[in-house]
Amino acid sequence: MCLAIPGQVVEVVDEQNRLATVEVAGVRRTVNIGLLDVDGTSAGAGDWVLIHVGFALSKIDEAEAHATLKLLAEMGAEYEQELEELKASAIE
Amino acid sequence: MKFIDEFRDAELGRALAVEILATVEPGRHYKIMEVCGGHTHAIYKYGVDDLLPPNVELVHGPGCPVCVIPMGRVDDGISLAHQPGVIFTCFGDMLRVPGSSQTLLDAKAQGADVRVVYSPLDALRIAKQHPERQVVFFAIGFETTAPSTALTLRRAKAENVQNFSVICSHVTIVPPLRALLESPDLRLDGFIGPGHVATVIGLRPFQFMPDEYGKPVAISGFEPLDLLQSMLMVLRQIADGRAEVENQYARVVPAQGNPRALEVMDEVFAVRPEFEWRGLGFIPKSALRLSDNYAEWDAELRFAVPGVRVADPQACQCGEVLKGAIKPWECKVFGTACTPERPIGACMVSPEGACAAYYNYGRFAREREVV
Ligand code: SF4
Repeated sequence: MCLAIPGQVVEVVDEQNRLATVEVAGVRRTVNIGLLDVDGTSAGAGDWVLIHVGFALSKIDEAEAHATLKLLAEMGAEYEQELEELKASAIE
Repeated sequence: MKFIDEFRDAELGRALAVEILATVEPGRHYKIMEVCGGHTHAIYKYGVDDLLPPNVELVHGPGCPVCVIPMGRVDDGISLAHQPGVIFTCFGDMLRVPGSSQTLLDAKAQGADVRVVYSPLDALRIAKQHPERQVVFFAIGFETTAPSTALTLRRAKAENVQNFSVICSHVTIVPPLRALLESPDLRLDGFIGPGHVATVIGLRPFQFMPDEYGKPVAISGFEPLDLLQSMLMVLRQIADGRAEVENQYARVVPAQGNPRALEVMDEVFAVRPEFEWRGLGFIPKSALRLSDNYAEWDAELRFAVPGVRVADPQACQCGEVLKGAIKPWECKVFGTACTPERPIGACMVSPEGACAAYYNYGRFAREREVV
């Protein structure tokens, strides 16, 4: 649960609850983007975000996202485990 | 240096290693603590420590949220899981943490309804799907994770989901750091600060480390190059006689943190007067409970939890490891009675735990050869 995984926002699906579909390593899941609503800005389609336990924690640029994904992939078992848990997630 | 060619930029890695060598004084011993378990993991995975001069020693800090939960607290969770009608939800990492007589995994094998969730929002969904059951979420983690629990509770309150509650075991990073700085038996020269925690709390909470204790800090990212660069930042501060909080991970960490996350945490949580940390004992104001406005969702108030303090098993030296006083392989049961498959202490359970990091990357054999 300590990992933060980069994903790209596909679309905001629930404005009120601040939920968005995010693509993470080829998997589409729903995450909360409410923590990125700061100073009148928020995350939207196309943005790369770091996701931790179903919440987008910060916006990152694309190069950072790819570097982090590569690093995570090299981690092996823990990353696989985290992805499995993410796949089982069905936030609504 | 077997791993350096795998770095994103091997050239830069070598250059940093050379620069570090040039910065340290040959006769002096440096002790630098990496606070975050994610850093410990990356350091051993990539052999970053192999690139450091022998007089720079890395000490592993208390920043693995699974490892610091005391045994009595695990027992509280297990007792809730055994309550009739309860669906007990937790992160996968908690399943194998030893309580005094069993783990959550054992409880599950005995018939308790224990479910692994990826997110606290998944636990809330399960509660909404099973209105006739009580759904309890075991909330653990530092400031990186606490805002997620806070937002989940805010939603539970807004939707008045009454069969959902949280056993709040969130901890905060600053009090244990202060405790370590106060501890007489541990002379540390500088700190590699936790990148993701800083994303939430910003840089200011770390300012007391240079201001009051004269210790340099570099908030660091998680790539091997980030860690090398952060070590160089800390060693340069020492060489120049400076002590500051530097932000190596500025591409992700804003100096002021995440004001939105801090605001929700402030609304949903209150600071506990004290909290027991595995191995570190009771630390004042080091953990969070639900604030009075959220008392209805507090599992500790809704159910009778034992709340009994349990001493760690005799053989386990997790406390010394978490304080950085000994290296994992110096624990008598490391790799024999205590392995990731059958952990005795929590530092072996989570991949972020120092013992598991040593074990998984074969440091055991190497350290033994050196001795
Ligand atoms: S080897 Fe096991 S028992 Fe010893 S300190 Fe590490 S986790 Fe604790």
